[in-house]
Amino acid sequence: MNLEVTLAGKTFKNPVTTASGTFGSGAEYEQFVDLAALGAVTTKGVANVPWEGNPTPRVAETYGGMLNAVGLQNPGIDLFCKRDIPHLKEKGASIIVNVCGRSTSDYVEVVERLADEPVDLLEINVSCPNVKEGGIAFGQNPDALYEITKAIKAKAKQPIVMKLSPNVTDITEMAKAAEAGGCDALSLINTITGMKIDIHRRKFVLANKTGGMSGPAIKPVAVRMVYQVSHACKLPIIGMGGILTGEDAIEMMMAGATMVSVGTANFHNPRATMEVLDGMKAYMERYHIEDINEIIGCID
Amino acid sequence: MEMIKETAKVVRQQQIDEGIFDMELSFPKGAALAKPGQFIAMYCNDKSKLLPRPISICGINKEEGTLRVVYRVAGEGTKEFSEMKEGDTLEVMGPLGNGFALKEEKAIIIGGGIGIPPMLELAKQLNVEKTVVLGYRTSTFLKDEFEAVCDVKVATEDGSQGAKGTVIDAIEKYGVEGKVIYACGPMPMLKALAVYAEEHGMEAQISLEERMACGIGACLGCICKTKGKDHHTNVNNTRICKDGPVFDAKEVVFA
Repeated sequence: MNLEVTLAGKTFKNPVTTASGTFGSGAEYEQFVDLAALGAVTTKGVANVPWEGNPTPRVAETYGGMLNAVGLQNPGIDLFCKRDIPHLKEKGASIIVNVCGRSTSDYVEVVERLADEPVDLLEINVSCPNVKEGGIAFGQNPDALYEITKAIKAKAKQPIVMKLSPNVTDITEMAKAAEAGGCDALSLINTITGMKIDIHRRKFVLANKTGGMSGPAIKPVAVRMVYQVSHACKLPIIGMGGILTGEDAIEMMMAGATMVSVGTANFHNPRATMEVLDGMKAYMERYHIEDINEIIGCID
Repeated sequence: MEMIKETAKVVRQQQIDEGIFDMELSFPKGAALAKPGQFIAMYCNDKSKLLPRPISICGINKEEGTLRVVYRVAGEGTKEFSEMKEGDTLEVMGPLGNGFALKEEKAIIIGGGIGIPPMLELAKQLNVEKTVVLGYRTSTFLKDEFEAVCDVKVATEDGSQGAKGTVIDAIEKYGVEGKVIYACGPMPMLKALAVYAEEHGMEAQISLEERMACGIGACLGCICKTKGKDHHTNVNNTRICKDGPVFDAKEVVFA
C-alpha cells in the first residue's frame, strides 16, 4: 500500500499534516503522536518578531466546531529557528512552516531567514481573520494576493504554498491570482469568520468579537472549495477544514487535495492525526486501493 | 510532564448543592500522577461538543485509583457530565497543569465559589500549620470536609454564615495569619489577594481559569498577562493550561 505523495516537488511519506496553529511546533503532542509518522508537521504561524496575540477569551466552542481569535501569538523567527526547527528535525519530522506578517516585508524577512533551514515547504498565511493588519488583507483582494505571492516567491528558497481564506465571494479568483503570482501550491481553507454572543451576559464571547470558525461543522464548505479550486487551477492543494477521521481525509482528497491537514480534531483528540492515518489505510484496504494517489481528485 | 488520555469510568456521582456535582472517576494512571492544583480535561460523549472541559481535581485517591471532581454546571458540556451515572464512561486526559508548590511554611488556603474544590486535596496534603478560608454566596458546600482537616473560616456574601463579605473580610475578622497564601476563585478575589499578599509580605500562589481548547499548551487559547516573558513564545502572555494554572501572584498582570 502506498501512501507517499509528492507536492510541489517534495515527497512526503503520507498525505497527513497538521493545520497551522492547532499543533504548536509539535512538542506538545509528542506524548501522543510520533512526529516522524506524519507526512509533515505544519507549525504555528511565525512572524519576523514575537507577537503577543489578542486578549482573552480567545476561544469558544460552537456546535460541531469552535471559534478562535488567538491572533497569531508567536515567538518570532529567531527563537523558532533556534529551538523548534532543530527539535522537529531531531524527531525526524518533515516540516512545513506557516509564515505570517503584517506587511510584505515582514513575510519576506521570515522567508529569507528560513532559506538555509531544513524546511520542506513554506505555507504563507494571508488569510488569518484575527489580525487587523496584514494577514487577511492580502487574502481577500486578488491583486494584493498576486503582488505578495510574487514578492515572496522571488525570495523564497523553498516552494511556497499560499493559504487561502474562505471569506471571499469567489475562491477560484483568489486561487488564480496566487497561481499567476507564481506560488507552488495552495492550502485551503483557513477559518470562516464567525461570532458568538453570550445571551446571559449580553456580551461577545470572544474579546476580539469575531473569530475564525473551524471544526467538522465547516467541512462541507472546505470540500466544496477544494473541489472548485482544483478545477480552476493546476496547483496541488493541501486540503483542510473539519477533518476528524480517515473518511474525512479521503473525502478531501477525492475533492482534489494531494495532502490534508488535521486541525481542530487535535483538540478533540490529541491522537487524531494518527487515527486519521489509520482510517485512511483501513479505507484503502476495504476498497483494495494500492496507491493513495489514485483517489486524488477522482470525483469529477 | 506526563499525562494520560484514556476512558474513565464514573464510580459515583451526586449533587451536593444547587448546580454543583461531585463525581468520582476511576482513572488509575491519572490518579497515580496527580498533584493538588492540577486539573483534568473531560471530553463529552456528545461529539458535537468537541472541546474538553478543564475541571480541577478535588480529590486524589491513589489506592483506589480514582480522581474526584466537584464542578458547577455551566453549560451543555457540564450538564452532560452531571447526568452521568455510576458505570458510565467518558474520555479524560490528565493530570494537566503545574499544581501548587507545597511550602514548609504556615499557610492560608483560600477558595472562592467553584474555586473551592481544588483546595480540598491541597488542605489534606499540606502538612503545615494552616487555616482554610472559604468564600461562598450563601450555601456552604464541602465546608464539612475541610473542617475534618483543619480550622476553617467562612465568608458569605449575605453574612448568613461567618464573616459578611469576601474572604479578605474573613481573614481580617478572624485574624487569620500565615506566610503563604494558596488560592483559587474568581479573578476579583485573586486580584484582591495578590494586593493583600504584597502588602503583608506574603507569598501567594493563585490558580487561574480561562477558556481552553487543547489543554496541553499547543493552541495558545488560554493565556494570562504576565510580567515576565513566557518561555514558550517570548512575550508577556503565559499559557494557563501548561505553565499554570497556578502562578505566583507577583507574576500576574491583572486586568
